[in-house]
Amino acid sequence: MNKLDRDAMAARVARDIPDGAYVNLGIGLPTLVADHLPEGREIVLHTENGLLGMGPRPAAGHEDPELINAGKRPVTTLPGASFFHHADSFAMMRGGHLDICVLGAFEVSVGGDLANWHTGKPDAIPAVGGAMDLAIGAKRVFVLMEALTKEGRPKLVRECAYPLTGRACVSRVYTDLATFDLRPDGVVARDLVEGLDIDALRRLVDLDLRAG
Amino acid sequence: MIDKIVPTPEAAVEGIRDGATVLVGGFGTAGMPFALLDALIAQGATDLTIVSNNAGNGDAGLAALIAARRVRKVICSFPRQHDSWHFDRQYRAGEIELEVVPQGNLAERIRAAGAGIGAFFTPTGYGTLLAEGKETRTIDGRDYVLEYPIRADVALIKARAGDRHGNLVYAKTARNFGPIMASAAALTIAQVSEVVPLGALDPECVVTPGIFVSRVVVAHEATPPSW
Repeated sequence: MNKLDRDAMAARVARDIPDGAYVNLGIGLPTLVADHLPEGREIVLHTENGLLGMGPRPAAGHEDPELINAGKRPVTTLPGASFFHHADSFAMMRGGHLDICVLGAFEVSVGGDLANWHTGKPDAIPAVGGAMDLAIGAKRVFVLMEALTKEGRPKLVRECAYPLTGRACVSRVYTDLATFDLRPDGVVARDLVEGLDIDALRRLVDLDLRAG
Repeated sequence: MIDKIVPTPEAAVEGIRDGATVLVGGFGTAGMPFALLDALIAQGATDLTIVSNNAGNGDAGLAALIAARRVRKVICSFPRQHDSWHFDRQYRAGEIELEVVPQGNLAERIRAAGAGIGAFFTPTGYGTLLAEGKETRTIDGRDYVLEYPIRADVALIKARAGDRHGNLVYAKTARNFGPIMASAAALTIAQVSEVVPLGALDPECVVTPGIFVSRVVVAHEATPPSW
Protein backbone atom coordinates (compact mmCIF):
# COMPACT_ATOMS: atom_id res chain seq x y z
CA MET A 1 0.00 0.00 0.00
CA ASN A 2 1.18 3.52 -0.84
CA LYS A 3 0.62 5.74 2.18
CA LEU A 4 0.25 9.42 1.34
CA ASP A 5 3.08 11.70 2.39
CA ARG A 6 2.35 14.90 4.30
CA ASP A 7 2.07 17.03 1.17
CA ALA A 8 -0.28 14.59 -0.52
CA MET A 9 -2.44 14.52 2.62
CA ALA A 10 -2.58 18.31 2.68
CA ALA A 11 -3.39 18.39 -1.04
CA ARG A 12 -6.43 16.16 -0.48
CA VAL A 13 -7.84 18.62 2.04
CA ALA A 14 -7.03 21.58 -0.20
CA ARG A 15 -8.93 20.00 -3.09
CA ASP A 16 -12.13 20.02 -0.99
CA ILE A 17 -11.98 23.71 0.01
CA PRO A 18 -14.35 25.61 -2.28
CA ASP A 19 -13.90 29.00 -3.91
CA GLY A 20 -14.89 31.83 -1.58
CA ALA A 21 -14.33 29.91 1.65
CA TYR A 22 -13.08 31.51 4.87
CA VAL A 23 -10.72 28.97 6.42
CA ASN A 24 -8.56 28.57 9.50
CA LEU A 25 -5.63 26.17 9.26
CA GLY A 26 -4.41 24.89 12.63
CA ILE A 27 -0.81 24.69 13.69
CA GLY A 28 1.33 21.79 12.41
CA LEU A 29 0.33 19.56 9.52
CA PRO A 30 -2.78 21.66 8.60
CA THR A 31 -0.60 24.69 7.75
CA LEU A 32 0.69 22.68 4.75
CA VAL A 33 -2.80 22.90 3.21
CA ALA A 34 -2.08 26.53 2.29
CA ASP A 35 0.65 25.37 -0.12
CA HIS A 36 -1.80 23.20 -2.05
CA LEU A 37 -4.88 25.39 -2.53
CA PRO A 38 -6.00 24.92 -6.13
CA GLU A 39 -5.30 27.70 -8.62
CA GLY A 40 -8.23 29.89 -9.52
CA ARG A 41 -10.04 29.68 -6.17
CA GLU A 42 -10.19 32.72 -3.92
CA ILE A 43 -9.84 31.36 -0.39
CA VAL A 44 -9.41 33.67 2.60
CA LEU A 45 -7.21 32.35 5.39
CA HIS A 46 -7.92 33.38 8.98
CA THR A 47 -5.30 33.31 11.70
CA GLU A 48 -6.75 33.68 15.17
CA ASN A 49 -4.13 36.13 16.39
CA GLY A 50 -5.91 38.72 14.28
CA LEU A 51 -5.64 38.55 10.50
CA LEU A 52 -7.94 37.63 7.61
CA GLY A 53 -6.30 37.38 4.21
CA MET A 54 -3.09 35.80 5.37
CA GLY A 55 -0.47 35.28 2.68
CA PRO A 56 2.58 33.03 2.48
CA ARG A 57 5.80 33.32 4.39
CA PRO A 58 7.77 36.41 3.31
CA ALA A 59 11.07 36.22 1.43
CA ALA A 60 14.13 35.98 3.63
CA GLY A 61 14.99 39.38 5.05
CA HIS A 62 11.41 40.65 4.80
CA GLU A 63 10.05 39.09 7.99
CA ASP A 64 8.15 41.43 10.31
CA PRO A 65 7.97 40.45 14.02
CA GLU A 66 4.59 42.21 14.20
CA LEU A 67 3.10 40.23 11.30
CA ILE A 68 2.85 36.62 12.42
CA ASN A 69 0.45 33.69 12.38
CA ALA A 70 -0.98 31.67 15.26
CA GLY A 71 2.15 29.51 15.22
CA LYS A 72 4.14 32.75 15.75
CA ARG A 73 5.78 32.40 12.32
CA PRO A 74 6.23 35.34 9.93
CA VAL A 75 3.52 35.72 7.27
CA THR A 76 2.35 38.31 4.76
CA THR A 77 -0.96 39.97 3.93
CA LEU A 78 -2.81 39.59 0.64
CA PRO A 79 -4.89 42.35 -1.00
CA GLY A 80 -8.17 42.60 0.91
CA ALA A 81 -6.60 41.59 4.22
CA SER A 82 -7.78 42.99 7.55
CA PHE A 83 -6.45 43.12 11.11
CA PHE A 84 -8.63 42.86 14.21
CA HIS A 85 -8.38 42.28 17.93
CA HIS A 86 -8.77 38.95 19.71
CA ALA A 87 -12.40 39.33 20.75
CA ASP A 88 -13.40 39.98 17.13
CA SER A 89 -11.17 37.17 15.92
CA PHE A 90 -12.76 34.61 18.20
CA ALA A 91 -16.23 35.99 17.45
CA MET A 92 -15.52 34.98 13.86
CA MET A 93 -15.05 31.42 15.08
CA ARG A 94 -17.53 31.09 17.89
CA GLY A 95 -20.13 32.98 15.89
CA GLY A 96 -19.97 30.43 13.08
CA HIS A 97 -18.62 32.80 10.44
CA LEU A 98 -15.70 30.63 9.35
CA ASP A 99 -16.59 28.00 6.77
CA ILE A 100 -13.89 25.44 7.48
CA CYS A 101 -11.32 24.77 10.13
CA VAL A 102 -8.60 22.16 9.61
CA LEU A 103 -6.95 20.82 12.75
CA GLY A 104 -4.40 18.24 13.77
CA ALA A 105 -5.30 15.65 16.40
CA PHE A 106 -4.02 13.02 18.81
CA GLU A 107 -7.35 11.20 18.52
CA VAL A 108 -10.79 11.63 17.00
CA SER A 109 -13.78 9.50 17.99
CA VAL A 110 -16.30 8.12 15.53
CA GLY A 111 -18.81 10.46 17.19
CA GLY A 112 -16.66 13.46 16.23
CA ASP A 113 -15.06 14.11 19.62
CA LEU A 114 -11.64 15.74 19.23
CA ALA A 115 -8.56 15.36 21.43
CA ASN A 116 -5.64 17.53 20.38
CA TRP A 117 -4.58 19.79 23.24
CA HIS A 118 -3.26 17.74 26.14
CA THR A 119 -1.57 14.38 26.49
CA GLY A 120 -2.91 14.14 30.04
CA LYS A 121 0.53 13.13 31.29
CA PRO A 122 1.03 14.29 34.88
CA ASP A 123 4.26 16.18 34.10
CA ALA A 124 2.83 17.98 31.04
CA ILE A 125 2.21 21.71 31.42
CA PRO A 126 -1.31 22.22 30.04
CA ALA A 127 -1.56 24.69 27.16
CA VAL A 128 -4.73 25.04 25.11
CA GLY A 129 -4.32 28.19 23.02
CA GLY A 130 -7.18 28.48 20.55
CA ALA A 131 -7.71 24.72 20.17
CA MET A 132 -11.03 24.54 22.01
CA ASP A 133 -12.34 27.62 20.23
CA LEU A 134 -11.34 26.25 16.84
CA ALA A 135 -12.88 22.86 17.61
CA ILE A 136 -16.35 24.37 17.91
CA GLY A 137 -15.73 27.46 15.85
CA ALA A 138 -16.40 26.72 12.21
CA LYS A 139 -19.33 25.51 10.15
CA ARG A 140 -17.26 22.41 9.37
CA VAL A 141 -14.26 21.07 11.29
CA PHE A 142 -11.89 18.77 9.44
CA VAL A 143 -9.03 16.87 11.01
CA LEU A 144 -5.83 16.10 9.14
CA MET A 145 -3.70 13.43 10.79
CA GLU A 146 -1.90 10.15 10.24
CA ALA A 147 -4.32 7.22 10.55
CA LEU A 148 -2.06 5.34 12.94
CA THR A 149 0.39 6.31 15.66
CA LYS A 150 4.06 5.46 15.23
CA GLU A 151 3.30 2.30 17.23
CA GLY A 152 0.53 1.37 14.77
CA ARG A 153 -2.38 2.23 17.05
CA PRO A 154 -5.42 3.79 15.30
CA LYS A 155 -6.06 7.47 16.01
CA LEU A 156 -9.68 7.29 14.85
CA VAL A 157 -11.27 5.51 17.82
CA ARG A 158 -14.60 4.60 19.39
CA GLU A 159 -13.94 6.80 22.44
CA CYS A 160 -11.01 9.19 22.95
CA ALA A 161 -8.60 8.29 25.75
CA TYR A 162 -6.88 11.68 25.72
CA PRO A 163 -8.57 14.71 27.35
CA LEU A 164 -11.11 16.19 24.96
CA THR A 165 -10.77 19.48 23.12
CA GLY A 166 -14.39 19.48 21.99
CA ARG A 167 -17.36 17.12 21.76
CA ALA A 168 -19.03 15.97 18.54
CA CYS A 169 -17.32 18.69 16.54
CA VAL A 170 -15.37 16.89 13.77
CA SER A 171 -17.19 15.93 10.59
CA ARG A 172 -14.36 14.58 8.43
CA VAL A 173 -10.91 13.10 8.98
CA TYR A 174 -8.24 13.13 6.27
CA THR A 175 -5.43 10.64 6.76
CA ASP A 176 -2.53 9.03 4.94
CA LEU A 177 -4.66 5.90 4.32
CA ALA A 178 -8.13 7.21 3.49
CA THR A 179 -10.65 9.97 4.16
CA PHE A 180 -13.31 9.25 6.78
CA ASP A 181 -16.68 10.97 6.92
CA LEU A 182 -18.14 10.82 10.42
CA ARG A 183 -21.87 10.54 9.95
CA PRO A 184 -24.63 10.02 12.49
CA ASP A 185 -25.22 6.55 11.02
CA GLY A 186 -21.56 5.52 11.02
CA VAL A 187 -18.17 6.09 9.44
CA VAL A 188 -17.78 6.14 5.68
CA ALA A 189 -14.28 5.57 4.29
CA ARG A 190 -13.36 6.82 0.84
CA ASP A 191 -10.33 7.71 -1.24
CA LEU A 192 -8.45 4.67 0.04
CA VAL A 193 -4.83 4.77 -1.04
CA GLU A 194 -3.59 2.52 -3.81
CA GLY A 195 -3.14 -1.05 -2.66
CA LEU A 196 -5.54 -0.78 0.30
CA ASP A 197 -9.02 -2.29 0.29
CA ILE A 198 -11.87 -1.67 2.72
CA ASP A 199 -11.40 -4.97 4.57
CA ALA A 200 -7.71 -4.32 5.16
CA LEU A 201 -8.55 -0.77 6.29
CA ARG A 202 -11.19 -2.11 8.71
CA ARG A 203 -8.56 -4.37 10.25
CA LEU A 204 -5.97 -1.59 10.48
CA VAL A 205 -8.25 0.90 12.23
CA ASP A 206 -10.34 -1.72 14.03
CA LEU A 207 -13.63 -0.02 13.15
CA ASP A 208 -16.81 -0.94 11.36
CA LEU A 209 -16.56 1.10 8.16
CA ARG A 210 -18.69 1.52 5.09
CA ALA A 211 -17.06 2.12 1.74
CA GLY A 212 -18.02 5.50 0.30
CA MET B 1 -6.82 70.11 29.24
CA ILE B 2 -6.37 66.40 28.80
CA ASP B 3 -2.79 65.24 28.50
CA LYS B 4 -2.19 61.54 29.11
CA ILE B 5 1.36 61.62 27.79
CA VAL B 6 3.91 60.78 30.47
CA PRO B 7 7.64 61.37 30.00
CA THR B 8 9.12 57.95 30.74
CA PRO B 9 8.14 54.31 31.15
CA GLU B 10 9.13 54.67 34.81
CA ALA B 11 6.57 57.45 35.26
CA ALA B 12 4.04 55.39 33.32
CA VAL B 13 4.10 52.46 35.76
CA GLU B 14 3.98 54.59 38.90
CA GLY B 15 1.50 53.42 41.50
CA ILE B 16 1.23 49.75 40.47
CA ARG B 17 0.83 47.92 43.78
CA ASP B 18 1.93 44.57 45.13
CA GLY B 19 -0.76 41.96 44.54
CA ALA B 20 -2.19 43.76 41.51
CA THR B 21 -3.86 41.95 38.61
CA VAL B 22 -2.09 43.09 35.45
CA LEU B 23 -3.20 42.48 31.87
CA VAL B 24 -0.18 42.24 29.58
CA GLY B 25 -0.75 42.63 25.85
CA GLY B 26 0.97 40.57 23.20
CA PHE B 27 0.83 37.30 21.33
CA GLY B 28 4.34 35.96 21.73
CA THR B 29 6.50 39.04 21.32
CA ALA B 30 4.12 40.83 18.91
CA GLY B 31 2.45 43.55 20.97
CA MET B 32 4.40 42.76 24.13
CA PRO B 33 5.09 46.08 25.92
CA PHE B 34 8.76 45.45 26.71
CA ALA B 35 9.59 48.98 27.92
CA LEU B 36 6.66 49.00 30.38
CA LEU B 37 7.60 45.56 31.69
CA ASP B 38 11.23 46.64 32.20
CA ALA B 39 9.95 49.68 34.08
CA LEU B 40 7.64 47.51 36.17
CA ILE B 41 10.56 45.26 37.13
CA ALA B 42 12.54 48.33 38.21
CA GLN B 43 9.49 49.72 40.05
CA GLY B 44 9.39 46.60 42.19
CA ALA B 45 5.72 45.58 42.44
CA THR B 46 5.45 41.91 43.32
CA ASP B 47 2.96 39.12 44.06
CA LEU B 48 1.30 39.99 40.75
CA THR B 49 -1.40 38.09 38.89
CA ILE B 50 -0.57 38.32 35.20
CA VAL B 51 -3.18 37.86 32.48
CA SER B 52 -1.62 37.37 29.07
CA ASN B 53 -1.85 34.99 26.14
CA ASN B 54 1.48 33.32 26.91
CA ALA B 55 3.73 32.97 29.94
CA GLY B 56 6.77 34.77 28.59
CA ASN B 57 9.18 34.19 25.72
CA GLY B 58 12.94 34.03 26.08
CA ASP B 59 14.48 36.25 28.75
CA ALA B 60 12.85 39.62 28.08
CA GLY B 61 9.51 41.29 28.80
CA LEU B 62 7.03 39.09 30.67
CA ALA B 63 9.67 36.34 30.91
CA ALA B 64 11.97 38.76 32.74
CA LEU B 65 9.17 39.74 35.14
CA ILE B 66 8.60 36.06 35.90
CA ALA B 67 12.37 35.44 36.22
CA ALA B 68 12.49 38.32 38.74
CA ARG B 69 9.94 36.36 40.80
CA ARG B 70 7.31 39.09 40.79
CA VAL B 71 4.51 36.87 39.53
CA ARG B 72 2.32 34.78 41.83
CA LYS B 73 -0.13 33.56 39.22
CA VAL B 74 -0.45 33.47 35.45
CA ILE B 75 -3.82 33.34 33.69
CA CYS B 76 -3.16 32.52 30.05
CA SER B 77 -4.12 30.28 27.14
CA PHE B 78 -0.74 28.90 26.11
CA PRO B 79 2.04 28.93 28.72
CA ARG B 80 4.18 26.15 27.33
CA GLN B 81 6.34 27.17 24.39
CA HIS B 82 9.83 26.36 23.22
CA ASP B 83 11.15 29.48 24.94
CA SER B 84 9.03 29.71 28.12
CA TRP B 85 11.82 28.31 30.33
CA HIS B 86 11.43 30.80 33.20
CA PHE B 87 7.75 30.00 33.60
CA ASP B 88 8.30 26.27 33.07
CA ARG B 89 10.94 26.09 35.80
CA GLN B 90 8.82 27.90 38.40
CA TYR B 91 5.68 25.96 37.46
CA ARG B 92 7.40 22.60 37.81
CA ALA B 93 8.83 23.72 41.16
CA GLY B 94 5.33 24.65 42.34
CA GLU B 95 6.36 28.28 42.71
CA ILE B 96 3.85 29.84 40.33
CA GLU B 97 0.13 29.26 39.94
CA LEU B 98 -1.43 28.67 36.52
CA GLU B 99 -4.97 29.05 35.22
CA VAL B 100 -5.29 27.87 31.62
CA VAL B 101 -8.16 29.47 29.70
CA PRO B 102 -9.08 28.78 26.07
CA GLN B 103 -7.86 31.71 24.03
CA GLY B 104 -11.27 32.89 22.85
CA ASN B 105 -12.71 32.60 26.36
CA LEU B 106 -9.73 34.56 27.66
CA ALA B 107 -10.41 37.30 25.13
CA GLU B 108 -14.15 37.31 25.83
CA ARG B 109 -13.65 37.36 29.61
CA ILE B 110 -11.45 40.43 29.21
CA ARG B 111 -13.89 42.02 26.77
CA ALA B 112 -16.79 41.28 29.13
CA ALA B 113 -15.00 43.03 31.97
CA GLY B 114 -14.49 46.11 29.84
CA ALA B 115 -18.07 46.04 28.62
CA GLY B 116 -19.69 45.68 32.05
CA ILE B 117 -21.01 42.18 31.39
CA GLY B 118 -21.61 40.12 34.54
CA ALA B 119 -20.90 36.72 32.99
CA PHE B 120 -21.58 34.91 29.74
CA PHE B 121 -22.34 31.47 28.35
CA THR B 122 -19.79 30.19 25.84
CA PRO B 123 -19.73 26.93 23.88
CA THR B 124 -15.92 26.80 24.01
CA GLY B 125 -14.61 24.20 26.43
CA TYR B 126 -17.94 22.50 27.08
CA GLY B 127 -17.41 18.88 28.11
CA THR B 128 -13.66 19.32 28.65
CA LEU B 129 -11.31 19.44 31.64
CA LEU B 130 -11.29 23.23 31.45
CA ALA B 131 -15.03 23.39 32.14
CA GLU B 132 -15.02 21.01 35.11
CA GLY B 133 -17.02 22.34 38.01
CA LYS B 134 -18.43 25.21 35.99
CA GLU B 135 -22.12 25.97 35.56
CA THR B 136 -23.53 24.85 32.22
CA ARG B 137 -26.74 25.46 30.33
CA THR B 138 -28.35 24.19 27.16
CA ILE B 139 -29.72 27.05 25.07
CA ASP B 140 -31.60 26.32 21.83
CA GLY B 141 -30.12 22.83 21.81
CA ARG B 142 -26.50 23.92 22.19
CA ASP B 143 -24.40 23.37 25.33
CA TYR B 144 -22.64 26.29 27.01
CA VAL B 145 -20.35 26.96 29.96
CA LEU B 146 -20.71 29.98 32.23
CA GLU B 147 -17.59 32.16 32.31
CA TYR B 148 -16.90 35.26 34.36
CA PRO B 149 -15.13 38.48 33.37
CA ILE B 150 -11.48 39.13 34.15
CA ARG B 151 -11.20 42.63 35.61
CA ALA B 152 -7.78 44.05 36.27
CA ASP B 153 -6.11 46.81 38.18
CA VAL B 154 -3.70 47.58 35.37
CA ALA B 155 -3.31 46.94 31.64
CA LEU B 156 0.09 47.24 29.96
CA ILE B 157 -0.28 47.38 26.19
CA LYS B 158 1.66 48.42 23.11
CA ALA B 159 0.39 50.40 20.15
CA ARG B 160 1.96 51.99 17.10
CA ALA B 161 0.80 55.57 17.67
CA GLY B 162 -1.20 57.54 20.18
CA ASP B 163 -2.23 61.13 20.91
CA ARG B 164 -2.57 63.07 24.15
CA HIS B 165 -6.19 61.93 24.56
CA GLY B 166 -5.03 58.32 24.50
CA ASN B 167 -6.48 57.43 21.10
CA LEU B 168 -4.51 54.50 19.71
CA VAL B 169 -3.75 52.73 16.47
CA TYR B 170 -1.84 49.46 16.38
CA ALA B 171 0.66 47.62 14.22
CA LYS B 172 -0.60 44.62 12.25
CA THR B 173 -1.02 41.46 14.34
CA ALA B 174 0.57 43.23 17.32
CA ARG B 175 -2.94 44.60 17.92
CA ASN B 176 -4.10 41.24 19.35
CA PHE B 177 -5.26 41.81 22.97
CA GLY B 178 -4.52 45.55 23.13
CA PRO B 179 -7.98 47.00 22.46
CA ILE B 180 -9.86 44.67 24.81
CA MET B 181 -7.27 44.90 27.58
CA ALA B 182 -7.40 48.70 27.35
CA SER B 183 -11.07 48.56 28.28
CA ALA B 184 -10.79 46.08 31.15
CA ALA B 185 -8.41 47.73 33.61
CA ALA B 186 -8.76 50.56 36.10
CA LEU B 187 -5.40 51.92 34.91
CA THR B 188 -4.48 51.38 31.25
CA ILE B 189 -0.95 52.24 30.23
CA ALA B 190 -0.01 52.24 26.55
CA GLN B 191 3.49 52.39 25.20
CA VAL B 192 3.57 53.72 21.65
CA SER B 193 6.24 54.00 19.01
CA GLU B 194 5.12 57.52 18.21
CA VAL B 195 3.03 60.28 19.79
CA VAL B 196 1.12 62.27 17.20
CA PRO B 197 -0.63 65.64 17.57
CA LEU B 198 -4.29 65.65 18.52
CA GLY B 199 -6.31 65.42 15.32
CA ALA B 200 -3.62 63.60 13.37
CA LEU B 201 -5.34 60.24 13.78
CA ASP B 202 -8.31 59.90 11.42
CA PRO B 203 -11.36 59.37 13.69
CA GLU B 204 -12.55 56.69 11.24
CA CYS B 205 -9.35 54.74 11.89
CA VAL B 206 -8.89 55.10 15.66
CA VAL B 207 -8.90 51.56 17.05
CA THR B 208 -8.89 52.28 20.78
CA PRO B 209 -10.73 55.47 21.73
CA GLY B 210 -8.87 57.49 24.37
CA ILE B 211 -11.56 57.00 27.02
CA PHE B 212 -10.08 53.54 27.65
CA VAL B 213 -6.51 54.78 28.11
CA SER B 214 -5.00 56.41 31.20
CA ARG B 215 -1.36 57.01 30.27
CA VAL B 216 0.64 57.06 27.04
CA VAL B 217 4.41 56.86 26.83
CA VAL B 218 6.79 56.75 23.89
CA ALA B 219 9.19 53.83 23.76
CA HIS B 220 11.37 53.11 20.79
CA GLU B 221 12.15 49.43 20.68
CA ALA B 222 12.57 46.76 18.06
CA THR B 223 10.22 43.83 18.58
CA PRO B 224 12.29 40.67 18.87
CA PRO B 225 11.05 37.91 16.56
CA SER B 226 8.75 35.25 18.04
CA TRP B 227 10.18 32.57 15.78
